[in-house]
Amino acid sequence: MSQATLSPSRLRYSLGPWARISALAVCALLTLGPVIWTVSTSLRTPAESFELPPRIIPTNPTAEAYRGVFDQIDVWLLALNSTLVTALIAVGQMITAGLAGYAFARLEFRFKKPLFALVLATMMVPLQVTIVPVFLVLKSMSLTDTLLGLIIPAFPTAFGTFLMRQYFLGMPKDLGEAAMLDGAGPWRIFRSVYAPLAAPGLAIVGVLAFNYHWNEFFRPLILETSGQNYTLPLGLVSLQGNLGTGSISVVLAGVVLSMIPAVAVFVVGQRPLREGITSAGVNR
Amino acid sequence: MTNTQIPAVRPRPAPSPVPAPRPATRDRGTRLLAALFLAPTVVGIVVFTVVPIVGSVVLSLFHWNVIDSPRFAGAANYRELVGDSTVLVSFRNTLVFMVLAVALQLLVALVLALAVNGRMPVWLRSVFRSAFFFPLVLSAASISVVMKYLFNQDFGVVNWLIGLVGIAPVPWLTSENGAMATVILVYVWQQFGFSFLLFVGGLNNVPKEVHEAAALDGATGLRKHLHITLPLLSPTLLVASVVGIINALQVFEQPYVLTDGGPGDSTRTVVMVIYETAFEQLRFGTASAVGVLLFVLIMAVTALQFRLSRRFVHYQ
Repeated sequence: MSQATLSPSRLRYSLGPWARISALAVCALLTLGPVIWTVSTSLRTPAESFELPPRIIPTNPTAEAYRGVFDQIDVWLLALNSTLVTALIAVGQMITAGLAGYAFARLEFRFKKPLFALVLATMMVPLQVTIVPVFLVLKSMSLTDTLLGLIIPAFPTAFGTFLMRQYFLGMPKDLGEAAMLDGAGPWRIFRSVYAPLAAPGLAIVGVLAFNYHWNEFFRPLILETSGQNYTLPLGLVSLQGNLGTGSISVVLAGVVLSMIPAVAVFVVGQRPLREGITSAGVNR
Repeated sequence: MTNTQIPAVRPRPAPSPVPAPRPATRDRGTRLLAALFLAPTVVGIVVFTVVPIVGSVVLSLFHWNVIDSPRFAGAANYRELVGDSTVLVSFRNTLVFMVLAVALQLLVALVLALAVNGRMPVWLRSVFRSAFFFPLVLSAASISVVMKYLFNQDFGVVNWLIGLVGIAPVPWLTSENGAMATVILVYVWQQFGFSFLLFVGGLNNVPKEVHEAAALDGATGLRKHLHITLPLLSPTLLVASVVGIINALQVFEQPYVLTDGGPGDSTRTVVMVIYETAFEQLRFGTASAVGVLLFVLIMAVTALQFRLSRRFVHYQ
């Protein structure tokens, strides 16, 4: 009996890790496959785009598709719009969340609890549900079809505020008390004692904002009607619609270009990104 | 400027019984600072979230096409929805999508997290972790553009790949079930990394002693995971499923780009209907009513989940 149960389990012990790691490798390949295919196909001529079996290394690598994408859409304008929108939102969210998070964590004032509850409650309300009135509010401010209409409503961030509050609460209280005893006012305590320590928390807010808004599609689709205000995802989807299937590598070249900043942030900011994603669960 | 509100010199602390500091609430400087710090966030949230929530409910009671002035409709918009087959189908599609996508997402993420958690070199673990999390940083819209080529029936890589194991080409984007399956697969491909990260974090919090004790008692493999790991992981499972469901109920980019809701209405989702009703047909009242219903649905499903979880979630 024990003999019979022992041998398969010993076999599993020696075979198990390899089987498991190989299975994981296959899954990783499936996960990255579409991205690898995108990059390699973007380096082929349009005529070779449909080649099957797909080859990872293109036989005659060419940048033709990249020239094509610059000819057919104003990549520079799209990239500029995306960069402006994303960077301003990221910086804006770091400021608003840093300030509000600090107030909720370290300052005493009336209605603190109900205000914080309000902020938390809005985390539960998806933008898709309220998009019609949001659009009308922006229209009344003449902000539809402008980049500002994308930027300003994204400044307040319930999740970022929550995150920064937690972050400031985690800092030792003695620091502020010591400064207060030395005669520092509330502004000085924030400015010289706590704010300098907040950088890692702010990095999480900034990286998450960048990742989300660089890829954002729903709001730009609704708000931006003229091509000069398109962001990259919007420009690429309409490029694909206009070209049909003939110029697959041109479209993919555009996708690759638009991925570069997101991948750069993934490489540089993977840690804050991971922490941010797991700490909240608010992702899309 | 705010400093002037505070006495410049405070008494040094008494040695042992520390005098209770003056309640900071009375401090005008602190209150002013708090007001300034909160203003951008609170004003922004009121203007761009609270007002729109109220606005949605109010708008849903009116007929309005933006051009003419709004006419009070009472419950007419809601009555109209109940009779509108596209709206009904979109709710059904969204629920079907939610159940299948979240189930698949959690299953894939859990299995991979358990596998990655097993013994292996540290560098290899971090390679796997990065790989599974990578799709999250890409744009759902652009990725759907790519996937549209990959899932093409005639020249797509997916059909070529399954052809290698002898499966006949599947009409992914051109049949009703195929289109739904494609939307689910593309969505899960991009989203599972999120649940995966949560599970990896949750598994790290399971104390090592628990596994050792279980191993001593002879629990191995699947049984160990079923009876030991899973109950300990149940709080994480709850978070992953709540967030997964809320996100899935809002699905838009994948069906919009991959199938445009088709064939027929087979992959039209609720958010697509909101978008089309408001911004293509200019029926703002009706679109708001759909939004209100979606919001109620999200709240109801989340509440139900928390209620069910009382029975199944074990906190240590």
